[in-house]
Amino acid sequence: MKKVQVLGPGCPKCEQLAANAAEAAKAVGVEVEIQKLSKPLEIAKYGVMFTPGLVVDEVVCTGRIPSVEEIKGWLEAEPAKEQQK
Amino acid sequence: MSSSEKCSCERSEALLFPCSGGSNCGQIAHHAAVELHNADRGKLFCLAGIGGHVKGLIESTKAAKVLAAIDGCPLCCAKKTLEHAELPPQIHLVVTELGIEKKSGYLDFSQHELHLCLQRLKEELEARVAIAPVGG
Repeated sequence: MKKVQVLGPGCPKCEQLAANAAEAAKAVGVEVEIQKLSKPLEIAKYGVMFTPGLVVDEVVCTGRIPSVEEIKGWLEAEPAKEQQK
Repeated sequence: MSSSEKCSCERSEALLFPCSGGSNCGQIAHHAAVELHNADRGKLFCLAGIGGHVKGLIESTKAAKVLAAIDGCPLCCAKKTLEHAELPPQIHLVVTELGIEKKSGYLDFSQHELHLCLQRLKEELEARVAIAPVGG
């Protein structure tokens, strides 16, 4: 199961991002666990300064809501060799 | 999300990347960035994280509207570090170009020198932030 993290305090943008991630996972047939990280210290560990942020193996997007199509691409991509935080 | 929490969805207008080098000019660059950060004119950001290709910091930098590289001298380490990560700055200031002589290993500077640097940066920021595309 692939782990996807949504970084953000829980505002509507974060919720929309989580919904897009769920829709993307369903579309590509990948089983995912969507984890929401809302504490500032948890978010800072990833170096993310602008939310919402999305982690699929590594930080792939911050400061905006990526489309379902974009997230599908990240879910289908090979994981990075070394996870960076 | 509780009402007391501050949402960080609003992207910063400008991210500031001083070289913070080991000379009077590098320290002027650093202190100018700190003053602008404290005055809410931009956000002091982590140049070392860009050099280290820390993915979260790279992605956060991409999300900013304006990037400002503040270099102490013509070696332009801050600008080159950003460019190496394919993040070219829209604003680039070199402290020695303000007529301030670089003294390697000497970290002190005058308030007048800092003021010169701050003034130029404020002008650049006002011009750039005003014209920067909101979605860009």
